Amino acid sequence: MTTPLPLPLLEVRNLRVQFPTRRGLLTAVDDISLSIAPGEVLGVVGESGAGKSLTGAAIIGLLEPPGRIASGEILLNGRRIDNLSPEEFRKIRGREIGAIFQDPLTSLNPLYTIGRQITETILTHLDVSPAEAKKRAIDLLNEVGIPAADKRIDHYPHQFSGGMRQRVVISLALAAQPKLIIADEPTTALDVSIQAQIITLLKKLCREHGTSIMLVTHDMGVIAETADRVAVMYAGRIVEIGPVAEVIHNPQHPYTVGLMGAIPDLTKEVERLTQIDGSMPRLNAIPSGCAFNPRCTRKVEVGSRCTTERPGLLPAGKTQAACWLYANDGANDGANNPANHNVNAPQTVAV
Amino acid sequence: MLAFIIRRLLQSILVMLTVGFIAFSLFNFVGDPVSLMLPPEATQADREDVRKALGLDQPFYVQFGTFLVNAAQGNFGISLRLGRPVSQLLVERLPATLELAMTAAVFGLLVGIPMGVYTALKRDKWTSKVLLTGSLVGVSLPNFLIGIFLILIFAVWLGWLPSFGRGETKMIGFWSTGFLTTEGLKAIILPAITLGFYPITLIMRLVRAEMLEVLRTDYIKFARARGLTNNAVHFGHALKNTLVPVITITGLQLGAIIAFAIITETVFQWPGMGLLFIQAVQFADIPVMAAYLCLIGFIFVVVNLIVDLLYFAVDPRLRVERSGAGGGH
Amino acid sequence: MNDTFKRMRESDLWYSFKRHPLVIVAAAAALICILGALFAPWLAPHNPFDLKTLNLLDAFTPPAWTSAGKAQFFLGTDDQGRDILSTIMHGSRVSLTVGICAVALSMVIGITLGLLSGYLGGALDSFIMRVADVQLSFPAILIALLIDGVARVVMGKDGHDDVAVYVLIFAIAASGWVQYARTVRGSTLVERNKEYVQAARVIGRKPLAIMFSHVLPNVMGPVLVLATLHVGSAIITEATLSFLGVGVPPTQPSLGTLIRIGNDFLFSGEWWITVFPGVMLVILVLSINILGDWLRDALNPKLR
Repeated sequence: MTTPLPLPLLEVRNLRVQFPTRRGLLTAVDDISLSIAPGEVLGVVGESGAGKSLTGAAIIGLLEPPGRIASGEILLNGRRIDNLSPEEFRKIRGREIGAIFQDPLTSLNPLYTIGRQITETILTHLDVSPAEAKKRAIDLLNEVGIPAADKRIDHYPHQFSGGMRQRVVISLALAAQPKLIIADEPTTALDVSIQAQIITLLKKLCREHGTSIMLVTHDMGVIAETADRVAVMYAGRIVEIGPVAEVIHNPQHPYTVGLMGAIPDLTKEVERLTQIDGSMPRLNAIPSGCAFNPRCTRKVEVGSRCTTERPGLLPAGKTQAACWLYANDGANDGANNPANHNVNAPQTVAV
Repeated sequence: MLAFIIRRLLQSILVMLTVGFIAFSLFNFVGDPVSLMLPPEATQADREDVRKALGLDQPFYVQFGTFLVNAAQGNFGISLRLGRPVSQLLVERLPATLELAMTAAVFGLLVGIPMGVYTALKRDKWTSKVLLTGSLVGVSLPNFLIGIFLILIFAVWLGWLPSFGRGETKMIGFWSTGFLTTEGLKAIILPAITLGFYPITLIMRLVRAEMLEVLRTDYIKFARARGLTNNAVHFGHALKNTLVPVITITGLQLGAIIAFAIITETVFQWPGMGLLFIQAVQFADIPVMAAYLCLIGFIFVVVNLIVDLLYFAVDPRLRVERSGAGGGH
Repeated sequence: MNDTFKRMRESDLWYSFKRHPLVIVAAAAALICILGALFAPWLAPHNPFDLKTLNLLDAFTPPAWTSAGKAQFFLGTDDQGRDILSTIMHGSRVSLTVGICAVALSMVIGITLGLLSGYLGGALDSFIMRVADVQLSFPAILIALLIDGVARVVMGKDGHDDVAVYVLIFAIAASGWVQYARTVRGSTLVERNKEYVQAARVIGRKPLAIMFSHVLPNVMGPVLVLATLHVGSAIITEATLSFLGVGVPPTQPSLGTLIRIGNDFLFSGEWWITVFPGVMLVILVLSINILGDWLRDALNPKLR
């Protein structure tokens, strides 16, 4: 007898986000699927412009027009949310899905005290008295580590330092007790020493409240510290997704291999960091077939398929990778038969 | 904050001195100051006395100083055109202009702010586009033309409202007000609309532009991400942040309104300072011109100062000193 | 040449232009007005300044479409028998001339002071900016009135009339230079610290040449927008001054003068003498403002 899998908290199926522009229709997020379990931290990593922030914006329903969800489904606890009316979606925001953005200074309204901003959020979603809301606000501030919370609740945002402000932002995101938080580059704008503290805080809150986090960032270090699973995005597509340790130490997709190779490792002696030739294609010039194929050094092993057919996510070792190298249907006509290729050996990428 | 106030006060004094200097130059180098101070029938002996009394044989800075002292006391001599002391004329005419300017400013705020908010929030509705084009028309219509058209429609063709003058006024102390009589109220409507037209369009476009900027900020995005209601986001957060710069800019506009009153008063023959000034320019009546200049300069400086202080009251970032910031990481 | 036209056609600006019908109408209207004004001496049906052609019996003729109108005076005549359409065309000529010249002069003053202020910095910069700040708190009309008033007194009435137009142009220009100076100064400050400027200095190029060939092209976009909108407000300022009686002399009536003259007859029922010049003024300024507004949005990188 098989135990049924627990229902994922968030499920994204074949999401496509498009922008109609003067020069044609741009597809910024192209048919991606992912899921997040309750209490899990999913990292979404990739270069600038890979579509990670837009994925987060689409999930929380804050895509800026003319961008729109062209197709696909987003389900929260099994219930579709991408087709809700604006008012219904508003009730979900903050209460079921929260968000944290990159710059804590500009995320807070400078003209209101932080206390007012927190209690406002609580009162919007929860049926409590103003006095109770204020008490909860103070508790929240204590939880995120703001000293003398009962005094500082009446302070304005500019009276806090950068790290403190991000803690305030986190407390605001958690105020209505959402089950999922979309964190878009939460540590990028902070000093390195503070980054570690914020990451620790996020992990602790996630554990204690059972909140899931979708952590969008370009910083692999943060992902390594915080995430349970990670999805690697490239040109609007997910190219690899799997447990964090596997993706970092045994990357399967050539792009991920290149990414990991570019990270300096203090324990190894290398003469040069790996570098992937070329750059990520612009949205109006995405190659046909696999988006990475012009820069991929293992194309020869697969053959012509790389430029004609776009690969879906295929099982590859302990992760999933969107690469024809892992196709088992024998349709690869490349130089070496990939079935004989040892996929778990350390990969090298030409420098 | 004290340092800021002192700095602004010094700046204001500097501006007043500059304005005073220009007025003084008008007096002394343009036209003959002696004739300016005396009625035309004065004898040569009188002129000599005045010359000595004016200290025209004194060095420049002494003359300037005397002028300033006189100016501070409101003594600008005798009007060439009307033969009466300038200060008296100013006191008589000041209430008319101020009442008109205030009414126009109030129109500007009461009409401009809601229209600006509406066109910012409902950008794509056709009513917004009509209002925006209307505002462009408003900016393209000269003050006097609006007045003439209004007179044509409401005074000549419809006969509803008077086309010139203040109507009946009542005196409160030295202040003559037109607000307490129906005639006075009817008389102020057309001039106030005329004068208020430009502030209305300006404020509307300003509020719209500011609000659109504010709606693009991260904190509004974050407020939406927290699921706050549309009302809370638009009116609780966005509007408050929009109004801060708008109210201060509007305060600065008050000086401009008083200056533009020159035109409106001419069209409607409104007995205010503006009309007095125009007649002075046409007649080359130097004392009145100089006095008007100083008075306007003074009003501007005071208004600017108040506006700067208003910023302090409204924006907490300026209020709290540096000592409150920090508190660990 | 074909290449330039091709680039223009494919540019974002032309794309934006084609999509805004109101702007196209405004551009057409402005063009018609400007051409009509420019060629007024040849295009106008009558010559309103030739006293020999005026006939007092023609005075106060209403517009041609009314019952008492005459076909040859399409918009009617004024109190001296002058054809309104012709006076409007000539009046537009004066208004446009003063407006455009004033803006051109204002641009020259403003750009020069802005460049000097930004590039040389120091005490000169502080002084110019201080003057600019003080001047900004006074509305343009007041400054123009003041300059004009002073000139009037200094030159005496007759002497003033001869040069009234030049004084007017200078007065309006002096009241509007600040916006150009500030914009150009801002750009100059940014460019001045860039490396290619320092490299040019090392090579030995004169600072003036550097400023002209590098800073100016960068700043021309915003300056053009400012200038377009400025023409509208300059024309309004001139019209206002003329209406108040302190603008152009009566021998060269502008639209403002015409409106003032017509104002006297408003109550006796000859509305057309003031209304038509008024309408013409509005059309002229409105079309220029629509163009300027569109230009500002089209050139604004933030809105693309």
